[in-house]
Amino acid sequence: MEKMEKDSIPVDNLENVFSLDHVDIYYGDYRAVRDVTFTIPKNKVTAFIGPSGCGKSTILRCLNRLNDLIEIFRLDGKVFYHGQDLYASDIDPIEVRKRIGMVFQKPNPFPKTIYDNIAYGARVNNYKGDLDELVENSLRRAVLWDEVKDKLGESGFSLSGGQQQRLCIARTIAAQPEVVLMDEPCSALDPISTLKIEELMHELKENYTIVIVTHNMQQATRVADYTAFFNAEATDKGSKVGFLVEYDQTETIFGNPSHQDTQDYVSGRFG
Amino acid sequence: MEDKGLSLKKKPTNPRSLFDSFWTGVASLCMIITLIPLFAVLFFVGAQGFAQINLDLFTQLPPPPGLKDGGIANAIIGTLVTVAIATAISVPFGVLAAVYLSEFSGNNQIAKWVRFATNVLSGVPSIIAGVFAYGLLVATGIVGFSAIAGGVALSVLMLPTIIRTTDEALQIVPQDVRWAAFGIGAYNYQTVLKVVLPAAIPSILTGVTLAIARAAGETAPLIFTALYSNFWPSPPPKGLLEPIATLSVLVYNYAIVPFKPQQELAWAGSLILVLLVLITSVTARIATRQKTY
Repeated sequence: MEKMEKDSIPVDNLENVFSLDHVDIYYGDYRAVRDVTFTIPKNKVTAFIGPSGCGKSTILRCLNRLNDLIEIFRLDGKVFYHGQDLYASDIDPIEVRKRIGMVFQKPNPFPKTIYDNIAYGARVNNYKGDLDELVENSLRRAVLWDEVKDKLGESGFSLSGGQQQRLCIARTIAAQPEVVLMDEPCSALDPISTLKIEELMHELKENYTIVIVTHNMQQATRVADYTAFFNAEATDKGSKVGFLVEYDQTETIFGNPSHQDTQDYVSGRFG
Repeated sequence: MEDKGLSLKKKPTNPRSLFDSFWTGVASLCMIITLIPLFAVLFFVGAQGFAQINLDLFTQLPPPPGLKDGGIANAIIGTLVTVAIATAISVPFGVLAAVYLSEFSGNNQIAKWVRFATNVLSGVPSIIAGVFAYGLLVATGIVGFSAIAGGVALSVLMLPTIIRTTDEALQIVPQDVRWAAFGIGAYNYQTVLKVVLPAAIPSILTGVTLAIARAAGETAPLIFTALYSNFWPSPPPKGLLEPIATLSVLVYNYAIVPFKPQQELAWAGSLILVLLVLITSVTARIATRQKTY
């Protein structure tokens, strides 16, 4: 695959969408993530990589307050979205999720028609414009339109896995967010579908800020402008706590990381 | 000669093969035995009932004692009316209670107790449900013996089935789908109303139909709530407040009288009842085939 064009400006010089400040995440008494501080730039693709259990999905989900659905979840520290404290008491998590959409690991279309899958997000947001147009635009942007334009009335389940995932991305886009969070969006897909979604991410970053969690390091090098490497270490109590090891331009993380752990992980010499 | 150790051929006389065949046989036999009561009931009710089926059965009142002919039209209407009232009460309460349990309770203590209470309620003998409705509505004089009192008694019996099947149906809907809806900024009610409930509807319908089928066949709770009537029900609303005939109570009453025409009507009533229950159950099974998950 041809190498996609990357930006190579240090992250500190870019406009930020998110800024995490000493974030600790707890599930009950168990601390899952400790002391994470970094910023996510606007209109770029930022990848989270790291071994299982290092808290990357947890951190991703705290960016749109989806972890609120887990009762024992608690967050210390601050997460700023355009300078607003996401966890301030007067913030409506639903408004947050409208602006910060999410694509999940497993394609999860609604048990509805392809059309209604897309239209749902718009209806949820009281979209006043032309619904047909929105559905078409969203599907076009998710590079799915040509494959489904003649069967918009069929169930979302009738599509293949890769198509379903693009449908989910189209659904997220239709809700007109500013940020799209992707939690291992390609892990259930074949290489061709994966490639399509990666190309799609590249298109989407014109208009959206994308944050992606991935286990696939080639994928991170292919799509991400910036990469955060998380690792986990055992605590005294025997559980594992995740932390941010290194965050930099993707090329630096993969080519010339400053930590030995990062070097070991990206070169496949990890535990 | 092949090497014995390598032969893959079946050895039917091998003790393990024999043991295998024996238990397969026993299991099949037990299966057949359990089906005997079902087919016996269907056969006898069918054989005795089919002879009585004619137009009068569906259009006429039962004859006075000692006289012939007539039908059971009032009881058919009565059963439909009573079950309709019971459904109108139990479906909204049952489905919404299940929505609370599955979607909003977060499995808190209240939910645990409600689930437990529902299971207890489903084990309550039907006559107790009848006594309850009698004590609540008839003895207090609120409505007296009536279709409404009968409907309330039946709704008590239907509730646990509806709550449990709806609760289960909602829990089968994958968590992914709820997260997906929340992930695009849906409110709780939008998620439940537009995504979760529609996905669960086939299974909910099955539960409701099974509850209806069960309620339609109940006799005990109706004897002292809906009572019985030999006449046409008055047009509503008055008709809902008077004693009303139902198929099950008609069968109960006529099966034990010494008059042949009445006994024949009891057989006919049984057949209609069995057919009603059978049709609803089969409909329910067909509805479940189109499961979403």
